[in-house]
Amino acid sequence: MRKKFSSCGSLKGWLYLLPAILFLGAFMVYPLVDVLIYSFEEGYNSASQTYFGTGTYNYSYVLHDPYFLQAVKNTFILVIITVPLSTGIALLISAGLNSITPLRELFQTIYFLPYVTNTLAVGLVFMILFKKTPYSDSLVNLLITFFGGNSVDFIDGPYPAKMFVLCFYTIWVVMPFKILILTSALSSVNQEYYNAAKVDGTSNFRIFMRITLPMISPMIFYLIITGFIGAFKAYSDVVALFGTDLNAAGMNTIVGYVYDMLYGDSGGYPSYASAAAILLFAIVLTITFINLLISRKKVHY
Amino acid sequence: MDTEMNYRKIEKAAQSRKRIAGIIVYALLTLWAVIVLFPFYWMILTSVKSYSAYNSEYIPQFFTLSPTLRNYADAFTTVSLGRYLANTAIFTVLTTAAMLFVITLAAFAFARLDFKGKNIVFLIFLSLMMIPGELVIITNFVTITNLDMRNSFAGLILPSITSVFYIYLLKENFEQIPDSLYYAAKVDGTSDLKYLLKVMIPISRPTLITITILKVIECWNSYVWPRLITDDENYFLVSNGIQEIRENGFGRENIPAMMAAVVVISVPLIVLFLIFRRKIMEGVPRGGTKG
Repeated sequence: MRKKFSSCGSLKGWLYLLPAILFLGAFMVYPLVDVLIYSFEEGYNSASQTYFGTGTYNYSYVLHDPYFLQAVKNTFILVIITVPLSTGIALLISAGLNSITPLRELFQTIYFLPYVTNTLAVGLVFMILFKKTPYSDSLVNLLITFFGGNSVDFIDGPYPAKMFVLCFYTIWVVMPFKILILTSALSSVNQEYYNAAKVDGTSNFRIFMRITLPMISPMIFYLIITGFIGAFKAYSDVVALFGTDLNAAGMNTIVGYVYDMLYGDSGGYPSYASAAAILLFAIVLTITFINLLISRKKVHY
Repeated sequence: MDTEMNYRKIEKAAQSRKRIAGIIVYALLTLWAVIVLFPFYWMILTSVKSYSAYNSEYIPQFFTLSPTLRNYADAFTTVSLGRYLANTAIFTVLTTAAMLFVITLAAFAFARLDFKGKNIVFLIFLSLMMIPGELVIITNFVTITNLDMRNSFAGLILPSITSVFYIYLLKENFEQIPDSLYYAAKVDGTSDLKYLLKVMIPISRPTLITITILKVIECWNSYVWPRLITDDENYFLVSNGIQEIRENGFGRENIPAMMAAVVVISVPLIVLFLIFRRKIMEGVPRGGTKG
């Protein structure tokens, strides 16, 4: 009797889980295995579903592809510039927000807006703000010339200029999440620590460095890790600024390279795409691991 | 007397220092607010400038005295913006509804039911959270192509129906409901399904709403998967539509009409945000990352 009851309950449990397991199995677990297989199948043809051998050729092809190397370079530059900068600015803004009362909610609401906007759509606005056309120098160039500089085409022009717009837009997009996390972390620091420090006559800067930062360091660290992961996967903001032909613009990212290999004019090579995706995953995993090692020494829990 | 004067002086100096610090803080915060808001201002401004006025401005003007709504009419008539919006709405509603169904059942099983192998399955689910979408999208693309589901809503929706993270979030929430409620319901002869529908879901409504909003935002902005899976304009979502408009739409120079399309695409989410501001800003730290 008892046994019958439990096996019936068991069946019921699996029944409730069934839809989730089916979807996850078909679109998460199976692809995960499959992508590994793809990456070792040489010359896989998706139309005829044939390949002529197995080995590491796909990886060596990708690693020798100048487009991939360009994509890796672009991605690393983007990551190295935007992650520290956005975290730093977000910290500054959150500290500012926490020190004021009037208008605070208004500022918070405004700062959050980029989170709910379509990256592709607003990217177009950034494009016209920076792009130089025969008809117009664009607003940003107007500012530059006003301050005595020379106008530059940020969208089709020199590499550093294009990188600048990309970093700027990326920071603009990722900021809401960081500000939100840091403001709530800052406001949850126990007020008594501050009071104690004030009684001791500690300066504000010192309070910030010695109390606030250590107290919120787990959150900062969380943001740095998620920031690294997110920036390594940059793609749609790049498309928004430079269009879909990223290789021609010299602005491709690793994820962009994967999709270009898969689809579009340069597409049809799922094996190369798989190899590139796995390389990306390996890079992200390594960086996350290094981050975790550093955090064990630096972060105060 | 002297010491009192000194105290006053010090106090005054401290006060003015505080005021200056306050001014600097407000100035910096305002600066960032301007950087955030300016693109929005510029897109609305450009969208109401007439085509000829915009193109004759070598130096961009910061305001316009003759606003026009023609660009909005163009955005809907010259390209199929209406269709993109309708597609996105259908995609968003169906995906979100299907996801809520799947994750509620799964979270209920994990939180409330006892069965063999539950812990192992849950562990496997958790480990799937670490898998980046970029890794599985390649096979999914091939799968959907082989199933002949390119350019269909099924192809668009199926891979994004489950989210392990939301299952986890909801399970945590379900577990906070006291056991005694469940046993009381059992004594009354309530079935598990009825208990889920009548007790657990109503209690967990705030979490469900948060999940729904986050998923809606995600759906509305999704770009990569729809781009891979649709090349028929009839199935484009707004993100792909805007890219199409940019590359083949109004002709490269009709930027005012392009901006009108951008405004139309951006408004629904901004309205949603302003209505559910608190819910979203409480939900996002628990829920999603962007960037």
